[in-house]
Amino acid sequence: MWFIATTTFIAMHAVPGDPLTSERATTEQIRKNLEERYGLDRPIFEQYLIYMGNMTRGDFGISFTQQNRRVNDIIRDHFPVSATLGILAIFFASLGGILWGALTALYRNRWPDIAIMFLVILGISVPSFVFAALGQLALVNVNTALGVTLLPVAGWGTVRHMIVPSLVLGLGTMAFLTRLMRSSMLEIMNADFVRTARAKGLPPTRVFLMHQLRNAVLPVVTVLGPAIAAITTGGFVVELIFAIPGLGRYFVQAVQQLDYTVIMGTTVFYGAFLVSMVIIVDLAYGFVDPRVRMQ
Amino acid sequence: MQETHPPTNTLSRTAVNQVLWLAILATVGFILLMGLLSWASELTGGDSGTLSGIDADSGTVTLALAQEPPQLDSTRSTDQISGMILGHVMEGLLRYDEHQQLTAGVAERWELRKNGGTFWLREDARWSDGKPVTAHDFVFAWQTALDPANASEYAFILYPLKNAEAINTGQAPRDQLSVWATSDRVLEVELERPTAHFNKLVAFPTYYPIREDFYISRDGRYGSDAEDLLYNGPFQLTRWVHGAHVRLEKNPDYWDHERIRLNVIDMPYVTADTTASVNLFKDGAIATTGLDAEALDNALKLRWKISRFQDGSVFYLDFNFRPERITSNYNLRKALQLVNDPSELVYKVIKIPGYQPGVSLFPGWLNGVDGLFRQEYPPPIIQPNIEKALQYLEIAKQELGVNEIPPLVLLTGDSPFSNKHAEYYQNLLNRTLGLEVKIDKQIFKQRLAKMTAGDFDMVAAGWGPDFDDPLTFADLYASWNRNNRGLYINPELDRLVRVAQNSLDPKTRMDAFGAIQSILYEDVVILNNYERGIVYVRDSRLQGVVRRAVGADPDYTNAYITTAP
Repeated sequence: MWFIATTTFIAMHAVPGDPLTSERATTEQIRKNLEERYGLDRPIFEQYLIYMGNMTRGDFGISFTQQNRRVNDIIRDHFPVSATLGILAIFFASLGGILWGALTALYRNRWPDIAIMFLVILGISVPSFVFAALGQLALVNVNTALGVTLLPVAGWGTVRHMIVPSLVLGLGTMAFLTRLMRSSMLEIMNADFVRTARAKGLPPTRVFLMHQLRNAVLPVVTVLGPAIAAITTGGFVVELIFAIPGLGRYFVQAVQQLDYTVIMGTTVFYGAFLVSMVIIVDLAYGFVDPRVRMQ
Repeated sequence: MQETHPPTNTLSRTAVNQVLWLAILATVGFILLMGLLSWASELTGGDSGTLSGIDADSGTVTLALAQEPPQLDSTRSTDQISGMILGHVMEGLLRYDEHQQLTAGVAERWELRKNGGTFWLREDARWSDGKPVTAHDFVFAWQTALDPANASEYAFILYPLKNAEAINTGQAPRDQLSVWATSDRVLEVELERPTAHFNKLVAFPTYYPIREDFYISRDGRYGSDAEDLLYNGPFQLTRWVHGAHVRLEKNPDYWDHERIRLNVIDMPYVTADTTASVNLFKDGAIATTGLDAEALDNALKLRWKISRFQDGSVFYLDFNFRPERITSNYNLRKALQLVNDPSELVYKVIKIPGYQPGVSLFPGWLNGVDGLFRQEYPPPIIQPNIEKALQYLEIAKQELGVNEIPPLVLLTGDSPFSNKHAEYYQNLLNRTLGLEVKIDKQIFKQRLAKMTAGDFDMVAAGWGPDFDDPLTFADLYASWNRNNRGLYINPELDRLVRVAQNSLDPKTRMDAFGAIQSILYEDVVILNNYERGIVYVRDSRLQGVVRRAVGADPDYTNAYITTAP
């Protein structure tokens, strides 16, 4: 955490420009007033020490662009939105990925497999903003055709607002997981223990669920942690297009505006989030795979 | 997707059944999750609802915001969105009416003298908590804006007030400001020097009133949230969910509330993406949207009624006049001026209706003595002339002592629009003069840093007006102006700016502006590009919306909904 904070701090100050400049140049005095207000008139090392001191107390400071808002408030207000969207997207992605992946493996080299794998390649290679724009356009057309607003085009607040954005957000991950699931499923379908299970006369349902699926899903669980973090932090474009007040938007804007405190706050927060997600996945591994528990 | 049936019978049919069984389980889980999320989303706040763009019954108009206001403390706000919202929820001494004329706001009458003025406040002007708006509220607001600790970026706009600059630079205490409340309803103002446009300044957001006891009670959070503001304008902020939702409702305490016909201006969408707001408009969720070039083509196909409007800003190329830069050479600049063709740029490259070819630093809408400034002082017409330009270029080469002009660095922004713009100039200068142009594309803050450091030969720049007077443009190239990033220094221009600043006689001032316009042309201080246009569509049921170059734009205070579609 300390490492993330320090490198971010150094990188951020190495970038030319500063958060106080705007299109309209300010007079020397007004600029001096601004620097004093934000403490930028002090030597950079002192700024670093002050910042680190505040951070250890859990205070990320005040935003430069949202002038009266504390960075803690920004994270508190907007992270839940991103997280909600991310959880839903991950839900779609993992559910779809596992189902499609299992299906393609069962139908290996037949037409459902080929069709799905074609879509998977499409899903991996087409960036999310294309899907977002297409999804929104489709919504507009469906609503116009029906004459009622079936699902809102953009905005936030109800479950109906969440469905399409989270589908769009999860699409890339879903495609990726499908491919992963397919290969691991193929590997396991002909494994010895599956044959043994069949041979000892277990019902097919049990063979599929307890032997095939449970083993095949392991690699998927492994990548799920980083995927959750990536989805939750990478929703910027989807948030922009669907007018969703998520944290991703603030994160990207902060970098563009060189909003020092928000850059620091969100980076450190996301860093912590990523680490904790990986830890949670490691723990979850134990539930899925008893072998890990034994060790 | 869960219901996909395999069409063929295979050896793994049982497995497919199991997948289906799993899918059913997942669907149940999904429904449960949705319920949970629906409950959770109530906690995270923000509700875009599903109201349509215009609701005649409740008098509601729904709009999308490009971004949310950073905060709404009028002494510190600088951006256009904040200005728009503040213009609806606050009122200064004077305001602009629907015909762009100054009219009585909180002040019912006023008298301006050479070195000051008196404003008589109306009795029925009230804050949204019912207390009267008094002269003390203006004194407090102006002192706060000038207080160095407040670090207001727009403090300079108060500098015409006597002692204002001294207070802002920390040389005088804030109570030295020569503005007094002689009674609750009389405000006396003394000016540092005669200021011809002072009446226009008091309509500016930095001049809005703030009540002292309320400001202090918010303990540094004034303007951060809906409940951290007190309103004296036609509307009040009833909801502000950060990044998501701003809602204005008619203010029953506003003195002129009978004039206001809309009940609610709801802004439940915040997105900078034009495609998104066009889609919202198409869906009928919002009442108006701006169009970009791409959306414009679509809108034309759909036969939408397209409106255009000029937002008052001018755009041009700035030169670097630092002696070590080749652009400090007059003959080189003259050569560039003679191939510059704003009409080609606007009509063949930009191709958005509403844009006008740039002919002067002073845009077409500015007023002169009796009529429009540009009609009284027509700018010189530049006929592109490549032959003459090449002659100037030859002289420039000799003066600079080079065989070939080294590549010119054109500093520009990173948007697709600035790309197109810069590439046009790259092509133009190469095609006509054989010059090489290096485009230096930078994101916002880095571009500003390079502009300030003088790290460019030419830079794509622009300026929007602060107030309705040519002075807002005229002092840009004064030697003391920090926006003069190319460091152009001309004592004659400085003198003319001072004349315009200190004179009260309209003719003297306009003559000075006319002379400045000539200098900018003669000395090739800028290359004119365009005056920006805005194209937008609006639901035809929404009428009376005022678009303006100066002041709150768009202005919905006079808007109404017609029931006939």
